[in-house]
Amino acid sequence: MRRATSPEAPEVSAIATTARSRLPFDKLGVLIAAMAGSAAFLPFATFRVNRIVLGEGRALFAALPFGEAAFLAIAIAAGIVLAVSKTPARWRLAVSLAILVALCVAIGHASTFLTPPGDRMARVSPGSGFWLSIFAFALLAADAIVRLKLAPIVRIGILAAVALFLALLLASGTLSDLSILREYANRGDTFWREARTHLALALGSLAVAVVAGVPLGIVLHGRRGWRAPVLSVLNVIQTIPSLALFGLLIAPLAWLAANVPLAAALGISGIGAAPAMVALFAYSLLPVVANTVVGLDNVPPAADDAARGMGMTDWQRLVGVQLPLSFPVILTSIRIVLVQNIGLATVAALIGAGGLGVFVFQGIGQSAMDLVLLGAVPTVALAFVAAVVLDATVEMASTRSARRGRD
Amino acid sequence: MRPSLIVRVGVLALLVAFVTQPESFAWAFEPLTRNGQPAIYTQNSLINLTLSHLAIVAVATVCATLLAVGLAVLVTRPFGAEFLPLSRAIANLGQTFPPVAVLALAVPVLGFGTGPTLVALFLYGLLPILENALTGLTTLPPAVTEAARGVGMTGWQRLLDVELPLATPVILAGIRLSVVISVATATIGSTVAASTLGEVIIAGLLTNNVAFIAQGGLVVGIIAVLIYDALTGLEASLLQRTGQRRPA
Repeated sequence: MRRATSPEAPEVSAIATTARSRLPFDKLGVLIAAMAGSAAFLPFATFRVNRIVLGEGRALFAALPFGEAAFLAIAIAAGIVLAVSKTPARWRLAVSLAILVALCVAIGHASTFLTPPGDRMARVSPGSGFWLSIFAFALLAADAIVRLKLAPIVRIGILAAVALFLALLLASGTLSDLSILREYANRGDTFWREARTHLALALGSLAVAVVAGVPLGIVLHGRRGWRAPVLSVLNVIQTIPSLALFGLLIAPLAWLAANVPLAAALGISGIGAAPAMVALFAYSLLPVVANTVVGLDNVPPAADDAARGMGMTDWQRLVGVQLPLSFPVILTSIRIVLVQNIGLATVAALIGAGGLGVFVFQGIGQSAMDLVLLGAVPTVALAFVAAVVLDATVEMASTRSARRGRD
Repeated sequence: MRPSLIVRVGVLALLVAFVTQPESFAWAFEPLTRNGQPAIYTQNSLINLTLSHLAIVAVATVCATLLAVGLAVLVTRPFGAEFLPLSRAIANLGQTFPPVAVLALAVPVLGFGTGPTLVALFLYGLLPILENALTGLTTLPPAVTEAARGVGMTGWQRLLDVELPLATPVILAGIRLSVVISVATATIGSTVAASTLGEVIIAGLLTNNVAFIAQGGLVVGIIAVLIYDALTGLEASLLQRTGQRRPA
């Protein structure tokens, strides 16, 4: 079963509570220092004469004017010192975020600096040194966020601030000489159309799965005998590889389109959105149904008995007590499904359903890696945002429902 | 013999028969073809594709298991405790990366072919195993670990004789999840020129041959379900042996 568990697994750990070690330096900081330090010896940016040829690396001081390169190098060095020494998590978060901002601005400037004026063919993309530095300081920021144990709403706030900053950076044109944005400039309209299709596939199948899955879960909660067979069928479906399931639905749907006039009139056909929606819906059912059952099972009997004692009918208890109390667990399944669907919708491009996967597979076909990135980066960002926002929402919902359960 | 076992053996026999002698099943796929298209994919032998598919998944999973369990052991010792919260966060958020994206991002770095697919499967496969190994090693019943300490077992003895055996079923659940994802991602790996069964499906999609799509999809689907089923069985028997009950 795919992580159909309650959001707060009990943790009995003697280790987690152990005080931080007495060493004079921070162990994670050493790891980050090693990564950021070795990044200095890797190319900061990659320059290519056109979009297909192999690139040549450019070190930091060759990729930027001297002053800016020196500024960035000093900032990174300061960040390394801060990471290695034992410093408060608040500082670590602030400094790592500042360095990440500086890196993003610098790579934009590097692309402008490296592109010969007026050259529309040349491509500058971030090099391995840039990615490794980003990874190192993102790790430092993530560690600081975990250590600070920030409230869910604050985490969403940080995410919103980062998203706003990136949007402003993109809008300002600082990054527009980067290769991935050159690809975007060539297909602005298609990009937004495919992004909308991607979201429609992921959210549409999720909505249908919730509408069908929650009632199914309620039925299974009442009839224990039906549970095992239904859940194992859903389990088997979830096990089938996405490309295989998309493919296996083509034949039956093509038959339906050819033989049932209504199906054809509704736009159902063998390839395209219909098999993609059906497959994504089928994948979404297991988490929703299983978590609805688990959530209803975990409703404290006392709460249910109290409701019964107050003379509430079955329906009133379900809507007024059981469903609200199991809401956090059901919400967890929505998080699992949404993240999963955003990824799987990429594969749907292979059966002609559109979505951001179109750029990924077109790019692979043309060996144009910038185009692959144009599809993959937004997909990863969407999945990440969905996970962070829904994780925080689940946390808020469970504290609220725990409070309600107590009162 | 129990009926469920007969079904499993029957499906496995059918699968082996099909991938070794696909031509004898041509009659079943002919109705799906149009305009005299070939009913059976012959560009590459199905048995070779199947074995290569399985080998990629097996190598990636074995490597991922070794590294993930090693990391989990490291961060659950007092020495690595500082890394525990971060490891948890990475295992959790890392899994939001779509496996396809990992595959796509591996191409610019590593190029086309079976190798990059293997690396992508390995990297992604680490996360579910790491997550479950961390859960398994940090949720051991305190009574048992205290007893092990009480009878004077050293750290190594506790790890090898008590902690790992008790955590094995949970770790195995992570491996199962990782294998299922790997089988699926390896299928898509054929778009980056890895030699896997996805090749048959992609060939069908490119030439509009539903027979190819169906046979590729069926073989991959059945393999995934059989592996999943076998690992579930193994997990259940391990739980029984260590006297734990399967969590509901």
